[in-house]
Amino acid sequence: MNGNNTLRQMRPVLVFAFIGVVFMFVAPYVLQLFTIINLTTAIALAVLALSLALVWGYGGILCFGQVAFFGLGAYAYTIAAINFGGSTWAILVAIMVASAFAALLGYFVFFGRVSDVYLGVITLTVTLIFFSLIRRTSGPEYKIGNALMGGFNGITSPPLNLPWDTSSFLFPEHVFYVAMAALILCYVFCGWLVTTHFGRVCVGIRENELRAELLGYDSRLYKLGIFTVSAGIAAIGGVLFCNGVGRITPDVFNLYNAALTIIWVIVGGRGTLIGPIAATFGLFYLTSALGGQSVLNNNLVLGVILIFFVLLVPKGVAPTLTDWFTKRRKPRRANRRRRRSQVNKA
Amino acid sequence: MDLVVAVLFQLVYGIANLALISLGLAIIFGMMRVINLAHGEFLMLGGYTVVVATNAGVNIWIAMLILAPLVVGIIGVIVERLLIRWLYGRMVDTLLATWGLSLLLIGLVTSIFGASTATTISPPLGIIRLGDYSASGYELFLIGVTIVLFIAVFATLKMTKLGLVARGTMQNPEMSSALGVSTTQVYMVTFGLGAAVTGLAGGLLAPVTGVLPTIGATYIAKAFITVISGGASILAGTAAGSILLGGINGIFAFITGPTIGEVALLVAAIILLRLMPRGITGRFFRKSL
Amino acid sequence: MSSARDRREVIVETRNLSMHFGGVRAVDQVDFTLFDKELRCLIGPNGAGKSTFFKCLTGQLSPTFGEVIIRGDDTTRAETHEIAGLGVGIKTQVPNVFDGLTVDENIWLSARRWHKAKRARTLTAETIERLKLGDIRREVVGRLAHGQRQWVELGMVVAAEPWLVLLDEPAAGMTHEETARTAELIKEINTEAALIVVEHDMQFIRMISQQVTVFHEGQILMEDTMEAISNDKRAREVYLGHRA
Repeated sequence: MNGNNTLRQMRPVLVFAFIGVVFMFVAPYVLQLFTIINLTTAIALAVLALSLALVWGYGGILCFGQVAFFGLGAYAYTIAAINFGGSTWAILVAIMVASAFAALLGYFVFFGRVSDVYLGVITLTVTLIFFSLIRRTSGPEYKIGNALMGGFNGITSPPLNLPWDTSSFLFPEHVFYVAMAALILCYVFCGWLVTTHFGRVCVGIRENELRAELLGYDSRLYKLGIFTVSAGIAAIGGVLFCNGVGRITPDVFNLYNAALTIIWVIVGGRGTLIGPIAATFGLFYLTSALGGQSVLNNNLVLGVILIFFVLLVPKGVAPTLTDWFTKRRKPRRANRRRRRSQVNKA
Repeated sequence: MDLVVAVLFQLVYGIANLALISLGLAIIFGMMRVINLAHGEFLMLGGYTVVVATNAGVNIWIAMLILAPLVVGIIGVIVERLLIRWLYGRMVDTLLATWGLSLLLIGLVTSIFGASTATTISPPLGIIRLGDYSASGYELFLIGVTIVLFIAVFATLKMTKLGLVARGTMQNPEMSSALGVSTTQVYMVTFGLGAAVTGLAGGLLAPVTGVLPTIGATYIAKAFITVISGGASILAGTAAGSILLGGINGIFAFITGPTIGEVALLVAAIILLRLMPRGITGRFFRKSL
Repeated sequence: MSSARDRREVIVETRNLSMHFGGVRAVDQVDFTLFDKELRCLIGPNGAGKSTFFKCLTGQLSPTFGEVIIRGDDTTRAETHEIAGLGVGIKTQVPNVFDGLTVDENIWLSARRWHKAKRARTLTAETIERLKLGDIRREVVGRLAHGQRQWVELGMVVAAEPWLVLLDEPAAGMTHEETARTAELIKEINTEAALIVVEHDMQFIRMISQQVTVFHEGQILMEDTMEAISNDKRAREVYLGHRA
């Protein structure tokens, strides 16, 4: 357990990553193009869920506005790609912009030692202000370089191209590969990060901030660090999202999407990375299925799910399942140990 | 001169508006330490109550001043009984549960009334002339109502037995339980009152803003930062937060337009929290109501 | 005796240290000195200001005025992590542990603050051995009994190899046997580090005490050996008298 073998600790992460790689290569042969394009959007959202799973589930930072970094990344990518005429540097710009904004916001809230409930409300407020701010940018005077902001209609996002080759654009099936690869890499990165010294200190701060301070760790810096990193990951999700959908609109910042992100992590479980990813795919297909009918409103269903989980399954699905399995296995293991010690005595 | 009066009037109206939409949230937060993320939807329900009632032929004043607070207050009590009371002391879970409630209410209202604007009501009261400038009589009325509402809440907290008990319970729940005061009842009534004040605000604003199932989102950002900047004292906090942020918003909006006004409001609030993490009343006027 | 002590290095010094809450002077103009390798107990009735004084030393409270100097560094307005970062081990009154983590992980987080991965691992193992936590090393701390949690916290203090240790009621809620072991451990720590121990339990203080400082109404009433204090009339009145 003492960081003696990073590989061993990361075994579950690597197993899931392997399953992901297999899926990535098999899916285009079994699924229709339409499904693949849809899947790309879901993958982008899963990256967003992963970023919140990291900052909330491991860092204990109640960020209700993770979608702000996602949207900021998407907007930054789109604007940069239009201006640069290529996507390579635009991706980097997207990550930098979202991380820099998170670092700035994080400086104020963490160094002000704002409590976690306030933090949730502030990050949500920031998101909603982005929403109303960008919605009002419909006039021709609102442009950054060559990119018109477009108000509530949003901007068409230039597609990804091969690195440093602005003439070869990727087709939707290729974007799927890129998205899937990005998700797997981000997942392995997060899985590795939480086994490092930095990651464990963050978990320690989540468990007891005063104790971490008493051990000599500056909790503000660690929180700022994980907050910034997770914003960068959310931005990667944003880049994939606007590529999957083809455009980016201010609706990405609305209350519904902010809530959705929280719900993925609540349902999947805090303190796990794969749970929220799985929950994203599950809920993505549930809401698309519900979109086809008009009896049950999406908001209504999500509201019921959120209340249900907070009241009855507060840990989320993945940790509850793990608990259940370990509880079943524990007596057996204890029996085995008892038997072994009896043998030793004999 | 007239311009100055008109600008000042807009500034005061902006501040009153902020105070009006925040007061119900502040009551619930100040007394119960619960941040109600469904606050915007309580405002929305107040608006719908007025629209439905006036469509049914009820006088608009009765609909706004009596029915809206009554209906939303009752909804508040029901919500407290069914949802909030399971989660006392778990601030984060309360936050999440009320967010679920917010989605649920949006979904419910959309299913019943549809996603687009219900019939709009035009604001009663005409135009008031200020020399060369004209101001809306209804806006003046809203400023008046906000002031009266503050006085009423102050009187309730300060002079009634309910207020005394409520303040005692908020400061020390165990002590009050030991004195034979039912904490559960106090929380229920407080939540109901907060909801009623919110419903009243939503009803009063319905003629100005119109109603939509998702209109809550436009209110809550401002209400949250007002209450958080203000801190835990209900009246002093809301007043201080509204004056400071409403003032900044108004001045920036006057100079550069409404978009920047809202951003300035947020930036001011975040800088304020860096300096005073527990809000203005966490630092100053700590003993105030 | 006193001249021998004076030759030693002063490592904690407070000058005129005061902490006021509204009109209450919880700590009132306290001048306090601790020498290197000294073991000092702080006693006093409830509300005497010893815990507030402790929190001023550890940066959990920022004093109204006065100064705290730890080995030459002015730490009066320092953050808790800065004080701990000087090499000061702190145990608070309420056990502050990482409840969701295992005993192993708790202690490792302390050792790893000061050492590279490899040394941190061996130091963790040594500490667990030393505090006899081997049987529960993989248990989640939140599920342990109160006394065991106190020991995990002591383990975190020890694993940091501090040169100054501040303990607030380390024996609170412990069984007789655990208290005796804690006293042993404190004496052991004292061979390497200076200690300030805030305590209520008189028997425990007798087990470990050298110099004792008596707090009363926010001020230092007297400083002497436990024996002298037990025989002092004033001290008995303010403190021991309360217990009788």
